[in-house]
Amino acid sequence: MDKTYNNKAWLLVIPVFLLVALSAIIPIMTVVNYSVQDTFGGNKFFWVGTEWFTDVLRSERFHDALGRNLLFSFIILCIEIPLGILIALSMPKKGIWVPICLVLMALPLLIPWNVVGTIWQIFGRADIGLLGHTMAALGIDYNYSSNVFDAWATIIIMDVWHWTSLVVLLCYAGLVSIPEAYYQAARIDGASKWSVFRYIQLPKMQGVLIIAFLLRFMDSFMIYTEPFVLTGGGPGNSTTFLSIDLVKQAIGQFDLGPAAAMSLVYQLIVLLVCYVFFTVMSNVGTDKPEVEE
Amino acid sequence: MSDNNKPTTHLVEGALRQANQMKKPKNFRWFTPSLYIFFLMLPIYWLVNMSFKTNQEILSKFTLIPDNPTLSNYAVIFSDPSWYNGYINSIIYVVMNTVISISVALPAAYAFSRYRFLGDKHMFFWLLSNRMAPAAVFVLPFFQLYSSFGLIDTHIAVALAHCLFNVPLAVWILEGFMSGIPKEIDETAYIDGYSFPKFFIKVFTPLIASGIGVAAFFCFMFSWVELLIARTLTTVDAKPIAAIMTRTVGASGVDWGVLAAAGVLTIIPGALVIYFVRNYIAKGFALGRV
Repeated sequence: MDKTYNNKAWLLVIPVFLLVALSAIIPIMTVVNYSVQDTFGGNKFFWVGTEWFTDVLRSERFHDALGRNLLFSFIILCIEIPLGILIALSMPKKGIWVPICLVLMALPLLIPWNVVGTIWQIFGRADIGLLGHTMAALGIDYNYSSNVFDAWATIIIMDVWHWTSLVVLLCYAGLVSIPEAYYQAARIDGASKWSVFRYIQLPKMQGVLIIAFLLRFMDSFMIYTEPFVLTGGGPGNSTTFLSIDLVKQAIGQFDLGPAAAMSLVYQLIVLLVCYVFFTVMSNVGTDKPEVEE
Repeated sequence: MSDNNKPTTHLVEGALRQANQMKKPKNFRWFTPSLYIFFLMLPIYWLVNMSFKTNQEILSKFTLIPDNPTLSNYAVIFSDPSWYNGYINSIIYVVMNTVISISVALPAAYAFSRYRFLGDKHMFFWLLSNRMAPAAVFVLPFFQLYSSFGLIDTHIAVALAHCLFNVPLAVWILEGFMSGIPKEIDETAYIDGYSFPKFFIKVFTPLIASGIGVAAFFCFMFSWVELLIARTLTTVDAKPIAAIMTRTVGASGVDWGVLAAAGVLTIIPGALVIYFVRNYIAKGFALGRV
């Protein structure tokens, strides 16, 4: 924490700054540029001011996609965080099973996202998939491409399958950093399993849990590839999340103005959450270490 | 540490032993992780299973193990350049991206971990905010940016574009590892007459080798799994395997067997990488820098 004040450190940051500026600032400026202009084709643009923004903010389509996305993020957070904690708590602490568990659990994280979609597409199909076939054999009418509920259930299970491991690994890392002495003290005091969890493990996992929570929120908020491959946003528009809608508008219909305005609104929402994230992050464990809720 | 409380040690140990004996009911802890791993492996098993079947078997009957295991699906991939080039393309841009990300992130992470400077906090926040930027927002502007440089359909375009989220990530991870190295090491090295570059390469880099490993792992991972940007910036020559997979939808329907085989092959590099860094993963996560 005793960092020296030295502006020459900027020299070391310049390469990163240039590189990220190239791939962040220039594209964002392009988007800003489009968001305030309209075109009749032929590279003729004219100023329309905030028209696109008012359109986007008032459009039903955007509200629906945003609502769906928030609902989706909420559901998967409610499932993945407790599940991740539960699994992390019951993981072995040492022995040969540790690396095996870690490698197996991390496996879904390293599968390309569209392959994740493909895997579940195959897995859920009634004619060739294990899940679909089993459901059919059990007499459950299951079809993720025509039934809205099934589509949602499949996407949620797919996301749980794909990302719970991240929560598990984060929580596990938090857990193994707890010194054995804490548990010994708890055993001597005759603490119940619940109080060990509540007063030792949970506070110690606080930092990683906040990170897990926010990472999962961000990533589920910008989910694109997996539902795109699995359902293509359907049936109807029932699984059209913000990113899917945005790409549809920008690439599919080439409505540059509205798409750009939507991008910026979308980006601002993310940025806002990110700011909260960063503030919370940098306060964890520094100025108020006693907070426990 | 244990010397000054010798008298109490016996008491404590006794109490501990008692507590341990009391608290050793039958252990079912393995059950939850096993169930979870079973759930994780099920879809993967099905994919692997399908990749060894012929299309006819896939569509006509339901078998848990292939009746006549065949390698023909894999043969299709390994004999057709347009298939296996997809893997080569993916690996080229992923490796390029990892190298670029780590090499620019190293000095920056050092600056963030050792110095305060004008706007450091804002800079750090701005960097991180890019990690959180929705890729969908950047698709169109990236396409225009790289076409104006004539870089569309090159590996370097994808590698540079992926820097958007990997460089901030690498800086973040490395900064965490570097902050764990005491500052005295730097000072001693400077007193010993090392110049900054020499110190950085000869002394500092070896000290944070595991951090570099973890950062490289995550760069590899996020570049490998990303598709939206990679697909937009490539057409033929640098097309990633993940995008080529969509080709299996042909006139005669989907070639499920080949699709499954291609899927299995995309899992392998990730599995290999994760196997190599398995001992560092927990440590990397412990810093909470993902």
